[in-house]
Amino acid sequence: MQDFLSSLVSVAFHGLAYGMILYVISVGLSVTMGLMGFVNLAHGVFAMAGGYVMLSAMNSYGVSFPIAVATAFIAVAVASMVLERLLYSRLYTAGELDQVLFTIGLIFMSVAIARLVYGTLPQPVRLPDYLTGQLHFLGRDFPAYRVFLILFSISIIGLLWFGVERTRWGAMVRAAVDYRAMAQSVGINTSRLFTLTFALGSGLAALGGALGAEIIAIQPTYPFEHLVFFLIVVAVGGLGSLRGPFVAALLIGVTDTACKYWVPEFGAFFIFSVTIAVLLWRPEGLFGRAA
Amino acid sequence: MRLKTSSLLAALALAAISGLAAAQTVKIGIITTYSGPGSAQGDQLDKGFKLYLKLNAGKLPPGVKVEPVFRDDTGANADAAKRLAQELIAREKVQFLTGVVWTPNAAAIAPLTAEAKVPFVSANAAGVSIPRISPYFARVSFTLWQSAYPLGQWAAKKFKRAYTVVSDFSPGHEAEEAFTKGFKEAGGEIVGSARVPMTATDFVPYMQRVKDAKPEVIFAFNPAGKQATAQMKAYADLDLNKAGIKYIGTGDITTDEELQNMGDAALGVMTVHHYSAAADRSANKAFVAAYKKEYGEKLNPGFMVVGAWDAMEMIFHAIREQNGKIDPDRTMQLIKNYKNPNSPRGPIQIDPETRDIMQNEYLREVRKVGGQLANVELETLGTLLKDPWKEFNKPK
Amino acid sequence: MNHTGGYVADPRIRAIEWLPWAIALLCYFVAPTYLPLGSYVLTMIIFALSLDLILGYGGIITLGHSAYFGTGAYAAGILAARLTGEPLIGLLAGTLAAGLLGLITGLIILRTRGLALLMLTLAITSLCFEVANKATSWTGGADGLGGFTIQPILGLFKFDFLGKTAYVYCLVVLFACWWLVRRLVYSPFGASLTGVRENNVRMHAAGAPVYRRLVIAYTISAALAGLAGALLTQTTQFVGLKVLGFELSGELMVMLILGGFGRIYGAFVGPLVFLVAQDYLAKQFPEYWYFGIGAMLVLVVMFARGGILGIIDAIIARLRRTQS
Repeated sequence: MQDFLSSLVSVAFHGLAYGMILYVISVGLSVTMGLMGFVNLAHGVFAMAGGYVMLSAMNSYGVSFPIAVATAFIAVAVASMVLERLLYSRLYTAGELDQVLFTIGLIFMSVAIARLVYGTLPQPVRLPDYLTGQLHFLGRDFPAYRVFLILFSISIIGLLWFGVERTRWGAMVRAAVDYRAMAQSVGINTSRLFTLTFALGSGLAALGGALGAEIIAIQPTYPFEHLVFFLIVVAVGGLGSLRGPFVAALLIGVTDTACKYWVPEFGAFFIFSVTIAVLLWRPEGLFGRAA
Repeated sequence: MRLKTSSLLAALALAAISGLAAAQTVKIGIITTYSGPGSAQGDQLDKGFKLYLKLNAGKLPPGVKVEPVFRDDTGANADAAKRLAQELIAREKVQFLTGVVWTPNAAAIAPLTAEAKVPFVSANAAGVSIPRISPYFARVSFTLWQSAYPLGQWAAKKFKRAYTVVSDFSPGHEAEEAFTKGFKEAGGEIVGSARVPMTATDFVPYMQRVKDAKPEVIFAFNPAGKQATAQMKAYADLDLNKAGIKYIGTGDITTDEELQNMGDAALGVMTVHHYSAAADRSANKAFVAAYKKEYGEKLNPGFMVVGAWDAMEMIFHAIREQNGKIDPDRTMQLIKNYKNPNSPRGPIQIDPETRDIMQNEYLREVRKVGGQLANVELETLGTLLKDPWKEFNKPK
Repeated sequence: MNHTGGYVADPRIRAIEWLPWAIALLCYFVAPTYLPLGSYVLTMIIFALSLDLILGYGGIITLGHSAYFGTGAYAAGILAARLTGEPLIGLLAGTLAAGLLGLITGLIILRTRGLALLMLTLAITSLCFEVANKATSWTGGADGLGGFTIQPILGLFKFDFLGKTAYVYCLVVLFACWWLVRRLVYSPFGASLTGVRENNVRMHAAGAPVYRRLVIAYTISAALAGLAGALLTQTTQFVGLKVLGFELSGELMVMLILGGFGRIYGAFVGPLVFLVAQDYLAKQFPEYWYFGIGAMLVLVVMFARGGILGIIDAIIARLRRTQS
């Protein structure tokens, strides 16, 4: 019994760490999809880019870990802004098929570029000493970095929720998600709102990619390999919602970890079955609004 | 008519230059992986082949030339590999086939080589039973039984309780089976085993499970590449070392090309394998120096580079012995009796009965040498070892 | 959007529609060493045709069509490994198995639309992939299923090393599929499908049984995909896990879009151009190959939504205009 409880703690802990990373990466996708109705399959590209920016900053320029992570956030947010203005914005009114194809195209291109620049091997992450080792509490060891990951993600999520619920920008975003035409007619500059929100979402993905590089290794096929999971978080959680993807990400993180721990031969069965069940029960996702 | 005369003249001129009757071009079909998730491995083979061809073009009989034809199988993708082999044989008329990272691909190609009588030298694919599919198949790489079985026997002398964690595909199963047999025969006990999907990226949950089972040692196998790094990282993240759990495996988990990326997590990991870039045999030193000169000071050749190098060396031997006029059956005869006392990995030869490789297996430990991580060879566990599986499973 | 496909009053076969077949026959005699690649292209054309039926005509965006292709491939492979290597029975088994799966999944998922539908197709493929990966005693798991033999077709034509039989076999099957799809598309049923794609709400309003039409189209499409999968199994005598991967679905979609969707012959042109280009370019310049594919997709979406055939149409239209 003691053993079981203690393994339960482990599973919850590792699942939480994994789920947090999934959430930080995917939340931007949920907001942009809900806000702009854009099916952006290339969201993982921003996470990968974040990882690469951080790794380059640390490995080639000797920048310290916190600054490298911040650089990743800023660089990717700015780059995505350019991308949004130049390309994405042209397709807001296009059909889903065009958006799907366009973003698959972006994935292909980014995979090629990543491979050309960084080669095929995953890049090593060298964590600062103060984030390695174990923390001992509740009678068990916990890897310090994952503890940090959880705490840091919680603070980011807190900030984000505060921003959306309590600030003027947040109110505008919520208004535009609810009823875009009405938001426009009361004088909200939705185009600028889109650009800023898109940049924030991509920046968060970059942050997640950079921080999560320890868990989800950064390598050229990243945007393809993890696409399914990012999409599941968003689709199961519900579009345009902050809470939905949070619940979905934790659900996936914990169940995936539990499966790996107790029934490793099960693989990803469970996640896909749950996804199918949830989407059939509520096609708009757990916290999405019915169309 | 004019065309004929001119080509005749050209041939005469060539013959005059080379001092021989005619120029022979031997075509070698090379299938490896250039795109997709497995391209890191494919790249190793490619580098090995190209290095050998570049440095050894002069070691052919006068007038004989070699023309390599490279193809991309895009990963563990057997039907594509089979189609490429078909094309190489039918369209390019290759006289040798080699390369092939993945076991399923080699297994799909093997039947063709029997039908078309084209000798096929595996430079990596290690599936233990492939040589039985085709009499024209030979292997210079390794089998997992060769390393995992002696490792199991050695480990049982030091540890009593082992946990095995392997990738869930046939090489992983073979490694698990071989280690378990060796370990149990020598008196050890397996307290648990996990087979991890090929798509896994985070190994921490699996390793947590191992930690909670409190074995004395983990036996690990992953195909060389990112999974090996990820699993090692999980071992370090959870501080299993401090919990008194040793990490051992076949050399696939500490490949020389990836070792630097693994960081200090890899220090102290013990493996059994046939090749280490850090080995101080003179043949190896020359080989590593040539590799660094070609591809950069920072890079180390892994065992796949050596597999490709030795495969080409064996093919060159067969070409030389036949003066460029390749007869498949004569070639297989030469290959079966092939011996090379001076490969970068030490002495090797082909077992004439099974057409599989015989080689030394070394016990190694990851240590820092001159600021760099290296697989330091400690002792030789077996000299010119045959594949144990084929000894246990002789055809009736 | 501009589609030339769909209901046309005159379903008679135009002369130019014989061109692909003439080319295919010519290849058999002119390029005998390219037949293995040729068989693969023909197989993928069938697969692309099946996708065109639901994507091009039905407007269903799916990233999971490989579920049916793979089901057909494994059904044919398992049949050959366990029971009989008779090729026509294998084709039938693959078609039926995939059709059945298509019917069941179609009934369930076609009630949803948009992202949910896309995700459901993706999740179903991923689930099938996991099943095949884990049922190693039946499927060989990650190592693939091989080692079975396919008997001569009708007891007469042995699958030969150069792939001549396989090529003709694929060509005949493709011809049958083409005939069927063409009939379907030019029927009132095809017209109503196009109607669903163009304006779902209006079709509902007009009292058309939209859901039932979509399920039927989806089932037929899945069956055709399964047929293509079975064909791949038989011509290569091997089944690998990749046949169920969603990457294959993505690649297939790229091929169809490249050729031009919703017009039958886009499914011919796309795979041909894509696979031949891949055969030449991918092995030499893999990085640039992927970049090129990606750039091509972006450009197609931005500027040439009809794909290659759309471009040809535009050129012909311009030529006519300058003449008149």
